[in-house]
Amino acid sequence: MSALTYEDVISKYEPVLGLEVHVELNTNSKMFCGCSTVFGAEPNTQTCPVCLALPGALPVVNEKAIESTILIGLALNCSIAPFSRFARKNYFYPDMPKNFQISQYDEPICVDGYVDVEIETDEGPKSFRIEIERVHMEEDTGKSLHVGGSTGRIHGADYSLLDYNRAGIPLVEIVTKIVPGTGKYAPEVAKAYVAELRDILRALGVSDVKMEQGSLRCDANVSLRLIGSDVLGTRSETKNVNSLRSVERAVRGEMIRHAERLNKGEKVVQETRHFQEDTGLTRSGRSKEQAEDYRYFPEPDLVPVAPDAQWIEKLRASLPERPSLRRKRLQEQWSVPDKEMAAMINADVLNIVEETVLLGADPTKARSWWLGEISRLANEKEVAISGLAISAKDVADIVALVAQGELTDKLARGVVEGVIAGEGTPAEVIASRGIKVVNDDGALMAAIEKVCSEQSETADKVRNGHLPAAGALIGAVMKETKGQADAARVRELLLGHLGQAAN
Amino acid sequence: MIKNSAAEMAQSLASGATTSVALTQAHLDRIADVDSKVRAFLHVDTEGALKQAADADAARARGEKLSPLAGVPLALKDVLVQKDVPTTCGSKILEGWRPPYDSTVVSKLKNAGVVILGKTNMDEFAMGSSTENSAYGPTHNPWDLTRIPGGSGGGSSAALAAFEAPLAIGTDTGGSIRQPAAVTGTVGVKPTYGGVSRYGLVAFSSSLDQAGPCARTVLDTALLHEVIAGHDPKDSTSINAPVPQVVAAAKSGDVKGMKIGVVKELNGDGYQSGVRQRFEESLELLAQAGAEIVEVSAPNFEYALAAYYLIAPSEASSNLARFDAMRYGLRVGDADGASAESVMNMTREVGFGREVKRRILLGTYALSSGYYDAYYGSAQKVRTLITQDFNNAFAKCDVMVSPTCPTTAFKIGEKTNDPLAMYLNDIATIPVNMAGIGGMSLPCGVAPEDGLPVGFQIMSPVMQDQRMYSVGAALEAALLSKWGAPLLSQAPSLGGAA
Ligand SMILES: [Zn+2]
Repeated sequence: MSALTYEDVISKYEPVLGLEVHVELNTNSKMFCGCSTVFGAEPNTQTCPVCLALPGALPVVNEKAIESTILIGLALNCSIAPFSRFARKNYFYPDMPKNFQISQYDEPICVDGYVDVEIETDEGPKSFRIEIERVHMEEDTGKSLHVGGSTGRIHGADYSLLDYNRAGIPLVEIVTKIVPGTGKYAPEVAKAYVAELRDILRALGVSDVKMEQGSLRCDANVSLRLIGSDVLGTRSETKNVNSLRSVERAVRGEMIRHAERLNKGEKVVQETRHFQEDTGLTRSGRSKEQAEDYRYFPEPDLVPVAPDAQWIEKLRASLPERPSLRRKRLQEQWSVPDKEMAAMINADVLNIVEETVLLGADPTKARSWWLGEISRLANEKEVAISGLAISAKDVADIVALVAQGELTDKLARGVVEGVIAGEGTPAEVIASRGIKVVNDDGALMAAIEKVCSEQSETADKVRNGHLPAAGALIGAVMKETKGQADAARVRELLLGHLGQAAN
Repeated sequence: MIKNSAAEMAQSLASGATTSVALTQAHLDRIADVDSKVRAFLHVDTEGALKQAADADAARARGEKLSPLAGVPLALKDVLVQKDVPTTCGSKILEGWRPPYDSTVVSKLKNAGVVILGKTNMDEFAMGSSTENSAYGPTHNPWDLTRIPGGSGGGSSAALAAFEAPLAIGTDTGGSIRQPAAVTGTVGVKPTYGGVSRYGLVAFSSSLDQAGPCARTVLDTALLHEVIAGHDPKDSTSINAPVPQVVAAAKSGDVKGMKIGVVKELNGDGYQSGVRQRFEESLELLAQAGAEIVEVSAPNFEYALAAYYLIAPSEASSNLARFDAMRYGLRVGDADGASAESVMNMTREVGFGREVKRRILLGTYALSSGYYDAYYGSAQKVRTLITQDFNNAFAKCDVMVSPTCPTTAFKIGEKTNDPLAMYLNDIATIPVNMAGIGGMSLPCGVAPEDGLPVGFQIMSPVMQDQRMYSVGAALEAALLSKWGAPLLSQAPSLGGAA
């Protein structure tokens, strides 16, 4: 393992980043045909002459995909090209039906934007500007499944199966300019950028942005140069980075790997590398020494994309609030401490908390339910919170019932558990489990009298003015009423019964 | 019956003088009689054609409103897909493939009740000017069986000239409709690019390919043109505008006051004397019909051939990449753990012919990094210059004209070892494709020195296709009255029953 520490690396070298993010759009149909894009269908059931590249078939651009791409460009502060073109990227691969990919080359639809990201540094929060070079449209390839052999890779496989359901799914590629000047924070900046991008795309509603399902994929380019030098080092391109945490690990790992080579006087090889989730290391992929020649040329089957200026302005006006601004606004409105805010963002509950608040719940209560009990249950079941069968409406209802005194906090936890267990709405759970606060004084008095006669010695102590002894009696009454009584009322009635003024 | 025009056949069908089944059977019989000599067809769909004919007759019997060509037979170039009917593009790599869908052209033909007799021979993937590049052997010119019928659509034009079909569909990338029409004494039209959908036309060069109508008369060609033309949402490059009124133009044939521009650069050196003679006589007839003949210049046409042989192969190298043995067509060497890559290589090695490989190599080279600007980039600039030449000339005339080909039909085998000489055949037709405008070839006589047909080319501006039909119809009428009978009556009989 590495002899160099991260501190060694950054004391000598400056990292330069470049990030390429591929986003699968959530359009109903594919980029160039009418086939469905639903994830997880039986292999080769979502195909047609166009996406199978049958002889004679022709592509037609999906208008919705263009709209989504323009929205992304606008949200990333890009200029939208009045005229852009598709191009063919030619290379042979069995999972690419035409043996060329329709992409955009020297005339992309969106150019020259930026995203500001904020991270915690030793000197407090600091903002970094990531410049965007281009945003362009392309189509996804099919999937190969290599059967036999030990590695699941093409070499050593007995045979391969091809699934073209994914072929032609709209992809948007977002490419940054080189990002210098992040110093030791390069890994955090890379992660924050991808997180910000994810939030922006989610707010736009153009993609599922699920890194684990591959609807958002990041390639991280890393190079090092000696501090003070203005000559760029050789970069490696790490693919297969499938979570935010991995983005950070991959950048850090590559920085250390490059530094080790450079310190030994070895060259960094310009190549594609694959991130290994288990080790956090990268393994060498295909070398880019002999650069592949994709023989790009304008796609003659498609007319240029020339979006109407009015349409672009209409889309610009429809942009949702920028996620970073929204976070600031919500934190202020709800008076959330920084640490709690970070916890909500980390747990990805901001949206559902907001929804709960909009349904009338107190912000602090809403937050504590989602971040507390519900998060705990999600962890226990090892699912995401979004995978639990409880809605913002359910939580808002429960918060309201507690506020009205219809439920105690303890009873409410039971209701949450019932809703998650699939027993129905809070009202249904309360009805079916027979949960209710006992506030019938008659029933309480009966319990009090029963307890006082059973524990007459203790009752006498209270009668004689030794009030701390009341605690045991109150506990017994609560037990008698199965926890459904309001403890304060029990205390009041008990003390009155034993001739002591309640206070 | 089979020597009539399609319009006459349609009339006989309408009047009840004959049925589509009888007409179709007559053509199937003719094919059985003569096609062993001509070899125009790669596949004859006897059963399918008779079924379509019966359907057309039934529809007529029910009194349905029918398209003008309902029940008339047609030969389809084997580059357009027809559901469940073999489509090879003249290549071994697609042998046995039956497409699961109809091209838009075929859908329109079927909707119009046109009977599709079968698929016609062609140069492999439409690459050639003689049909000698077909993997299934050459087609023979009905005028002289030792000669080529032109290409790439030689099968379609030979079928017309041999009376195996009254109508045919061709495709034209650099002259593949017009040059075969010229050398077989038939009519062929390349509509404006985008005028007819390319959906289901197996691509050779996407920015140049255009399907079009072929027949023995200008009116028949126009009738077929209106059946297959029109905007298609499945083809992004198809033009969303009304179809030019070509039938009306062909019926009126009025050229009074029209200015006809003779292209200075497409006449003279390299053009056979009999070709020039027939061309000049035709100009005179048009002048007598009331047209004004002017000379126009297109100085950049001399670069058209060179630019074409960069653009078309470049696009072809990419279009033909899909033939990789993975999903359809030929598969060679798939045994004992052979890799996908080696199967692809072996299949393409065996499946593609020499000319196709030559053009894939040319195109791959022209698109390579470091060469792109010099080759593909420069060729695109030439293309712009040629379009400007047309625009300048069309400012001075309504249509432009030239001989369709420099020579009449050459002998089979004569130019197979000289690709450059072969490419020169298309020198007058290629500029039309480069600019995306319309072009027609119609017969204007036989060359005195060899007795073989000569083609007269008419070029019209984008989406002004009706103009070439007006001029074509006028010239055709003048020639017919001069000859007293259609030119094809001079062709040998081929010894068929007809
Ligand atoms: Zn599809």
